[in-house]
Amino acid sequence: MSATSSVSATEGIGPDNPAPLVEPPRARSARTPKSTRTNFELYGWVFMRLSGIVLVVLVLGHLLIQLVLDGGVSKVSFAFVAGRWASPFWMAWDLIMLWLAMLHGANGLRTIINDYAQRDGTRFWLKMLLYTATVFTVLLGTLVIFTFDPNIR
Amino acid sequence: MPAGTLYRGREGMWSWVAHRVTGVLIFFFLFVHVLDTALVRVSPEAYDDTIAVYKTPLVAVMEYGLVAAVLFHALNGLRVVAVDFWASGTRYQKQMLWTVVGLWLVLMAGAAYPVLGHAVREVFGS
Ligand code: HEM
Ligand code: HEM
Repeated sequence: MSATSSVSATEGIGPDNPAPLVEPPRARSARTPKSTRTNFELYGWVFMRLSGIVLVVLVLGHLLIQLVLDGGVSKVSFAFVAGRWASPFWMAWDLIMLWLAMLHGANGLRTIINDYAQRDGTRFWLKMLLYTATVFTVLLGTLVIFTFDPNIR
Repeated sequence: MPAGTLYRGREGMWSWVAHRVTGVLIFFFLFVHVLDTALVRVSPEAYDDTIAVYKTPLVAVMEYGLVAAVLFHALNGLRVVAVDFWASGTRYQKQMLWTVVGLWLVLMAGAAYPVLGHAVREVFGS
């Protein structure tokens, strides 16, 4: 349709001749697959922002403790970790940091895979790899915090 | 890609690129980091021998890079949140980006000695 004809299409619009209804893009219809009828992406978007704000404190605090205070990285050792994980406060700090950072990072990578992997198969398998690595890392890290044994030897 | 069609955004696009790259870097580090921390369940020696790698001069430089990535991602992430939730956020996004860059420079200068000091002493003696 040329520009002139679209101008004439709006001529005479009034109460008796209303403008044609334009469907909003991506409106949900009977043909929309069930899997896209949830608000998952909205919750993901909100989670990225809320977890990000909490992670500022947790991760920057962690880096300050590990790399700056008390001699920096030179003091890190098994004995140092034993001293820190003797306190439920630092166990909880590390546990929350582990879960939030992993889920925040994994959700971010999911977005990036969706952006760049164009073939359906590639996208599917990259995400399976991501989810497997994420579940493995979160479970391992959680297990390590809860089963830590200062007298292992 | 045909010549002359590359989209070159301004501050907004480049800060988005940097946010994406730093986010991926931190995620990959975290994966390795949980594995190295898990060595505390193997033996104190296994953990201490691996953590010794963190104390070498070359890795100290990489740690400074990690600090750079985390600081940028954290500060710019707060800017993204401000753009999304603060009514005037979009109007001030550029000023906020330069605030982020300024804060980042100050914090990086402050982190230089604590993170790199031991590496400099080891390489240049004393
Ligand atoms: C080079 C810089 C870093 C050093 C030297 C370091 C050191 C440590 C140490 C010694 C621990 C043992 C527990 C403790 O003392 O709290 C630990 C645990 C942990 N760190 Fe870091 N860290 C660094 C960077 C980071 C960053 C950037 C993140 C987040 C993105 C992070 C996330 C964690 C998590 C989640 C744990 C708990 C691991 C587990 O559950 O097994 N660390 N770190
Ligand atoms: C330190 C505090 C942090 C803040 C304030 C923060 C903030 C944010 C925000 C607001 C987003 C969404 C950006 C958007 O929708 O355009 C985001 C994305 C992302 N974040 Fe973080 N984040 C933090 C820590 C982390 C950590 C520790 C990791 C890695 C484990 C990480 C990895 C990512 C990734 C991979 C993305 C996706 C980037 C993209 O889609 O372009 N972030 N971050």
